[in-house]
Amino acid sequence: MIDTLRLTAEDAMGLLERGEVSPRELWDAYRAAIEERDRELHCYLSLADGPNGEGVPIALKDVIGTKGVETTAGSKILKGYVPVYDSTVAARVKEAGLPLLGKTNTDEFAMGSSTENSAFGPSHNPWDPTRVPGGSGGGSAAAVAAGLAPWALGSDTGGSIKQPAALCGIVGLRPTYGTVSRYGIVAFASSLDQVGPTTKTVRDCALLYRVIAGRDPMDSTTAETPPVELPAAEDLKGVRVGVPRELNEAEGIEPGVRQAVERTIELCRALGAEVGETSLPRSVDYGLACYYLIAPAEASSNLARYDGVRYGLRVTNGGYHGMVERTRDEGFGDEPKRRIMLGAYALSAGYYEAFYGQAQKVRTVIADEHRAAFERFDVLISPTSPTVAFPLGAKAQDPLAMYLSDLLTIPSCMAGLPGLNIPCGLSEGLPVGLQLVGPQFAENTLFRVGHALERALEFDYVPERLR
Amino acid sequence: MAITRAQVEHVARLAHLALTDEELDRFGDQLGAILDAVGKVSELDLTDVEPTSHPLDLANVWREDEPQPSLPREEALANAPETERGFFKVPPALGPEPDL
Repeated sequence: MIDTLRLTAEDAMGLLERGEVSPRELWDAYRAAIEERDRELHCYLSLADGPNGEGVPIALKDVIGTKGVETTAGSKILKGYVPVYDSTVAARVKEAGLPLLGKTNTDEFAMGSSTENSAFGPSHNPWDPTRVPGGSGGGSAAAVAAGLAPWALGSDTGGSIKQPAALCGIVGLRPTYGTVSRYGIVAFASSLDQVGPTTKTVRDCALLYRVIAGRDPMDSTTAETPPVELPAAEDLKGVRVGVPRELNEAEGIEPGVRQAVERTIELCRALGAEVGETSLPRSVDYGLACYYLIAPAEASSNLARYDGVRYGLRVTNGGYHGMVERTRDEGFGDEPKRRIMLGAYALSAGYYEAFYGQAQKVRTVIADEHRAAFERFDVLISPTSPTVAFPLGAKAQDPLAMYLSDLLTIPSCMAGLPGLNIPCGLSEGLPVGLQLVGPQFAENTLFRVGHALERALEFDYVPERLR
Repeated sequence: MAITRAQVEHVARLAHLALTDEELDRFGDQLGAILDAVGKVSELDLTDVEPTSHPLDLANVWREDEPQPSLPREEALANAPETERGFFKVPPALGPEPDL
């Protein structure tokens, strides 16, 4: 009997290699778990017909283009869209022999922090189904936490991998900008979007990152990446851990979250790390504002392609222009509309310099502050999300309150830096996520620190009510 | 920062969104609140700071200028709502332009 709740991808690989389990048996075990629990959790938007590989199965967020498999990005405007080519990450996963289990739920166009913006209904948190799994990659995170996939891929623009991983008590990596190809990914904000793994352990995360990372001739914004090292060390000797004051003391951080993170910082010391305080004064104060100008500006441009001509929904209404406007009004949900309009406003004549131009300068300030911090530290530590998983509906009517969910994940995203979430404890019975941020291309450092902490913390990633 | 109804309508037109009256009211309020929050960036004096448009220092990413395989026509058209004789088909585009 395969316990999908407990089994790591690495262990699953071992079972397959030793012939103790057949690829079909493994795939069937996850399909059985989906049958059992996905009616309640709604992690998946669509399921694959059968296994198309001999390896450990995988789930892909529905913004990842998959040839011959519907890819909706959680939007009505793309319902029924079946890509005629694979995204590079989907192709790499296929080449590695990882069969697709299905496509996971997401906030529409990856815009959101709870999956409540999905046109196909929200996903639910496996720790407490009355609460959100985070977002936008809540479907992938909840699927891994609930044993409905051994691992999954998500995408992250301002926190969409790290924040749901935090709220679901699992591991999530937003890689350095440019390490993973964006070719074939439904675009949201192109200077920020990154694909990355969602897994149960840091070693699984490194294994999956190894599959997807590397330069891609189809995406000229990709870069050569250092070889991935599987972490093994269980101490933190020689590692300099910085504690940015503003990321740890920001308004809105729940006391239970703060306590769990503080305990983990103490643990870093006990494991031999050198721990010191640092400061990112303007990155946290101005990061959210900077993000909510730049990301919507890029979104307003990227989402211009949904015009009812080449793919997706078409709603006829008189001539061409009427068709385009009606298609977009009926096809997009509220959040994409808000962001498209915000972006169009920030880019429009008379406002460009004060909003978009100024935000691009703030982005330079954020990158400089982080660069300075990394002269003294190898890794920066903080909570990932100010809160644990919140109840469904709690922030759905208040866009600004929802945006604050990403307060602590956004600054490093603006600077193109890698960030890893690992669970570091419970608060009120719900997982607390720890964020580790490194310099560009320092994924191996994040894996090392994350792995050592994971071993020492012994966090049980199986949701209590499912044990 | 208050945003007028006329401004919301203007932005909706720029974005090719045919919003309903109810949407114009609702989004107007929400955009005003969001603009208040993001307007914070103007507090900083960044006269001498260079803008960042991209997080990596990549420049001049070339490939050989040789033809590469591309999507066959029928595949490129496979998801189109309407096609005719190997082309995307759209309603008449000539006529009065939308007022921008």
